Amino acid sequence: MAKREKATAVKSDEFELPEDYSANSSDDWFGDQPVKKAKHFWPSAKRMFGLLKPEKGLFSFVVVLVVISVVLMVVAPRVLGEAMDVIFNGIIGAQLPDGVPLEDIIAGARAEGNTQFADMLAGTNVVPGRGIDFGLLAVLIGAVLGLYLVASFLMWWQGYILNRLVMRVIYRLREDIQAKINRLPLSYFDRHQRGDMLSRVTNDVDNIQQALQQAFSQLVQSFLTIIGIVIMMFVVSWQLALIALIALPLSGIIVGIVGVRAQKLFVAQWKQTGAVNGHIEESFTGHEIVRIFNRDTEMIEEFDRRNEGLYEASFKAQALSGAMMPAMQFVQYLTYVLIAVVGALRVTAGQMTLGAVTSFIQYSREFSQPIGQMAGMANMLQSGIASAERTFEVLDADEQRPEAATAQLTERSDGHVRFDGVGFSYDPAEPLIEDLTLEVHPGQTVAIVGPTGAGKTTLVNLVMRFYELDSGRILLDGVDITELSRADLRGHVGMVLQDAWLFGGTIRENIRYGRLEATDEEVIDAAQATMVDRFVRQLPEGYDTVLDENGSSLSAGERQLLTIARAFIANPSLLILDEATSSVDTRTEVLVQQAMHALRADRTSFVIAHRLSTVRDADTILMMEKGRIVEQGSHLELLAQDGAYAALYRSQFAGEDEELLADSLEEMVQEFTGEPSAAEPAEASADGSAEAQPEAE
Amino acid sequence: MALLRISLHYAKPYWGWLVAVFILQLAATIASLMLPSLNAEIIDKGIQLGDTDFIWSTGGIMLLVSFGQLAAAIAAVYCGARAAMSIGRDLRRAVFRKVDGLSTLEATKFGAGTLITRGTNDVQQVQMLILMTLNFMVSAPIMAIGGIIMALREDAGLSWLVWASVGILAIIVGLLVRLLLPLFRQMQDRVDDINGVLREQIMGIRVVRAFVREPFEAKRYGVANKNITDISVSVGNVFVLMFPLIMMVLHVATAAVLWFGGYRAQSGEMEIGALTAFLQYLLQILVAVMMGTFMVMMIPRAVVCAERLRELFDTESTLAFPEAETVATPVEGRVRFDDVTFGFPGAELPVIRNLSFTAEPGKTTAIIGSTGSGKTTLLGLILRLFDPQSGEVTIDGAAVKQLTREQLARTASLVPQRPYLFSGTIASNLRFGDADATDEELWDALRIAQGEDFVREKDLQLEEPVSQGGTSVSGGQRQRLSIARTLIAKPRIYLFDDSFSALDVATDARLRAALPAATQGATTIIVAQRVSTITEADQILVLEDGEIVGRGTHQELLASNEVYQEIVRSQLDEEEVA
Repeated sequence: MAKREKATAVKSDEFELPEDYSANSSDDWFGDQPVKKAKHFWPSAKRMFGLLKPEKGLFSFVVVLVVISVVLMVVAPRVLGEAMDVIFNGIIGAQLPDGVPLEDIIAGARAEGNTQFADMLAGTNVVPGRGIDFGLLAVLIGAVLGLYLVASFLMWWQGYILNRLVMRVIYRLREDIQAKINRLPLSYFDRHQRGDMLSRVTNDVDNIQQALQQAFSQLVQSFLTIIGIVIMMFVVSWQLALIALIALPLSGIIVGIVGVRAQKLFVAQWKQTGAVNGHIEESFTGHEIVRIFNRDTEMIEEFDRRNEGLYEASFKAQALSGAMMPAMQFVQYLTYVLIAVVGALRVTAGQMTLGAVTSFIQYSREFSQPIGQMAGMANMLQSGIASAERTFEVLDADEQRPEAATAQLTERSDGHVRFDGVGFSYDPAEPLIEDLTLEVHPGQTVAIVGPTGAGKTTLVNLVMRFYELDSGRILLDGVDITELSRADLRGHVGMVLQDAWLFGGTIRENIRYGRLEATDEEVIDAAQATMVDRFVRQLPEGYDTVLDENGSSLSAGERQLLTIARAFIANPSLLILDEATSSVDTRTEVLVQQAMHALRADRTSFVIAHRLSTVRDADTILMMEKGRIVEQGSHLELLAQDGAYAALYRSQFAGEDEELLADSLEEMVQEFTGEPSAAEPAEASADGSAEAQPEAE
Repeated sequence: MALLRISLHYAKPYWGWLVAVFILQLAATIASLMLPSLNAEIIDKGIQLGDTDFIWSTGGIMLLVSFGQLAAAIAAVYCGARAAMSIGRDLRRAVFRKVDGLSTLEATKFGAGTLITRGTNDVQQVQMLILMTLNFMVSAPIMAIGGIIMALREDAGLSWLVWASVGILAIIVGLLVRLLLPLFRQMQDRVDDINGVLREQIMGIRVVRAFVREPFEAKRYGVANKNITDISVSVGNVFVLMFPLIMMVLHVATAAVLWFGGYRAQSGEMEIGALTAFLQYLLQILVAVMMGTFMVMMIPRAVVCAERLRELFDTESTLAFPEAETVATPVEGRVRFDDVTFGFPGAELPVIRNLSFTAEPGKTTAIIGSTGSGKTTLLGLILRLFDPQSGEVTIDGAAVKQLTREQLARTASLVPQRPYLFSGTIASNLRFGDADATDEELWDALRIAQGEDFVREKDLQLEEPVSQGGTSVSGGQRQRLSIARTLIAKPRIYLFDDSFSALDVATDARLRAALPAATQGATTIIVAQRVSTITEADQILVLEDGEIVGRGTHQELLASNEVYQEIVRSQLDEEEVA
């Protein structure tokens, strides 16, 4: 039977599947997939089995049980053979005249020319005239039953222990991974593809489990069984044993020829599968575009072409690999026939008993099974070791600097931040931030602007100590942040990121994520302050709406508002907003701005934004370029300086039709400001004075 | 049962192959079953009578039978693979066509993710089950039944032993499977759980760290880990019972045959050769039953997959396009909404309520409003991605419902909010708009869409490869390619859904300056966030909660419309400096 095996998504070069594909398709395939090859096979293998170390005692016990049960299993057919002899002898004996010594009968047969019958009799210990010795038969059958009973029990026992043992080992491995994730520096996550990482800690761990649980014990069992059977066969009859051993090279040749070709065909099948899945993925994702441009026919044609290719490839692979089983079976039958014939000849020649042949036939049948099993298990083990290697790579990755925690902040930090000659780079070859010095006083709002890649997000990430500095230091309330524990430091900082990450729980739980002990009232207060309440109330389940992984029930803007509410409830003394409102429409943004204003009121804030309306009422604006602060000051000051900030401001509007655009805008502004609007939005803070002052030009 | 219905339905064209599989498996099984019987003859006639010639000749027959078995089995595998793979191919084809025919509404209801899984993984599961069925499930019952017949032929007096052991085995296996199936399902859920937690953690690592929620996440993970370990242990516990129990039954049966067979042989009711043959048949029967059991374990998963496929097949597209043209293809492109109301199924409130307006040819109609006000939905109604619950959308007086898919595609074309490109080349993507467009036309469209420069910079120019989703080009470039694609289609109605958002202001301005010449005479409908994008529109519709709360030119609205003023004010800061 084609062996069962976990398959991870196969990614071919042309068809990159999305990250979650690998999670979805971790299914059983009944075909041999190209085995993942381990780079450092033996060290990884050693280490994978090293996982069993804490269970050493129990594990040795399991091995002992396996050995005993295999021995019993191997001995049993021989006893069965003897039982067969008892029956055979009894039947022959019953046909012979009572009281006549066996020698006389043999001599008589020879005299009649019936030499073969005579030879056969000579090989037995038939007692003429006596039927089956049921007493002896009962003993033998009882022995066989006993052997099998004990063997089965031991087999179950070792399986039971091994199952628990392996699950414990895997449980610990998973815990280790979890702990490791918390110790990995963020740069690790930046450098590695998340889909790949996920698959290392999910699919690969499953693979290890399977290898430890099945492959290992079965491999040991099969190996021992083969050895045991070979020994028994030689004990019973070395001539027949040699015949039976023909199966070995024959099976080897079949595996060599058919298996290797099938492997190649499987590679082709996986490639075609990738091609079809890629096309399905693409056209389903672009469903609307296909519909709009009426490109169905072309898409279907292309699909049919690839589908046909897959059909051809998989048909060939399945037909060839499927032929493997009948071929192996043929080898088994072949040895069976040979043993039956040669065995029969030897019995008639009196060189062997019928029971011996019967047990031989049983041995030869049980012989081919572990051979096939071993081939499959070796494959599985190899794949498991490759997986182990990938998982170990995660576990061995460099960790973030250990906690010093020599200092502690007060209950509520003042939010006084100082950058002191800070230098940082992701890649030593490309320095990003060099010798940056900056002082932010408690309660100040600092806006950071600048082109993409200027280091804005990096700067705030450094405050969070997501990355370690190359030089200089950052002080919070006068304490070097490396002297604080990360938890202490981050506990004082609230952060809203560009990427609105929410976890798969209810809206309420997601808001409460900011402060786990917050009451329901506090959650709702935070939601109301951040315009979340408004849309949550429209949902049928309200605050108990469960967000699914891709959060399809909420729009991007709504998700972003939720993350703001989450930071709001945390009530930190330092607030970091990284493009926090980029997906929110402009009118809602104004409302959120007010809320944020309230949020920022008595705390230090860092705000990164592209929409300049968001940053203009900041106390200080940092204009960054290439990791340096090139300008620093308030909005009006910087405009007056007419430097990089002013240039950035203007550049957004530079264009060939500048005049035309400027005209219409000017008109608009004039008309708008010329008209005293009744619907002036309530400005929540004193800083609102800078709002809508066209003189700023 | 969905699995059976689907399998049978798609197996129909291949019944010839299936019959061949059946016959060949039958032949192979008979051949396998003949061997012990021949062996019995060797013992009874050859050994007991000491007839070596008979042993040789019967051995020869056995060899021939083995070859026959090999040939039949390989041929059966060949036919089985052909049939199963053909069925899989057809099933995949059916899924693809089905999804292709779904309206946007149904497609989004399912979600692209699950549709993809259904088209790939689910089909594969069903296909594999069919293959395994053809390879093993067909032969297992034949083997079992054949074995029983042969065993009975050898000695009917021991038949009760066969029935008893098969019965006991069936009961044991049945009980274990019943225990396992629900556990299997649970395990699948738990696997999803733990992977989900880990996934979220890795995706949200910054947030987790920022809020110092490592302990919280570790706890969540710990629970999931414990759950999956528990269930895996339970599954394992049942599993490790299976093999020893089956072995036990097998061996007890063997012992019983020897014991009772011995008595029967003694009394002359049974020959000694028949006894060995009987033993081997019993073994074959039990192995067949065991094989069947392992196959049964595969079924639950395939059942779930088949149910998911059935669900897809049972989804009727709510949007049927006329097969043949019943009305003339619109030449002007005047779009009219007449009291249109539309809501997504299951939603409490309609997205669009009693909407009426006309977009004239040669004019630009702009739509503005906050997130969720129904702007994108409105465009979808023109393209018939959805049908309104009430009211009618017409183009040149003809209801969009009356147009064929092809007519509609020729008449109206959209530049979507999120530009999506297919893997291929820049040219192949642009030719989505018009398969017959010349390179010259492609360049013209790129020029207008402000995409010429960056395409010229590429090594292969128009033939530059584009990766799936268009991730190899920047967001702004993607948007420009998407605009060019629509320009190449040369529709009568241009629909721009916030299509300029990823462009910097300068490019945006240049593009909008170049557009009118290209779209001259056509109807243009623009959905926008930025007020600056739409100031020159002939007509602006202000949408709020699915209703038009203002319409007019920019100047008119600025003077009189409160919502519009609010929108303008919220954006004013950005623009005032100009």
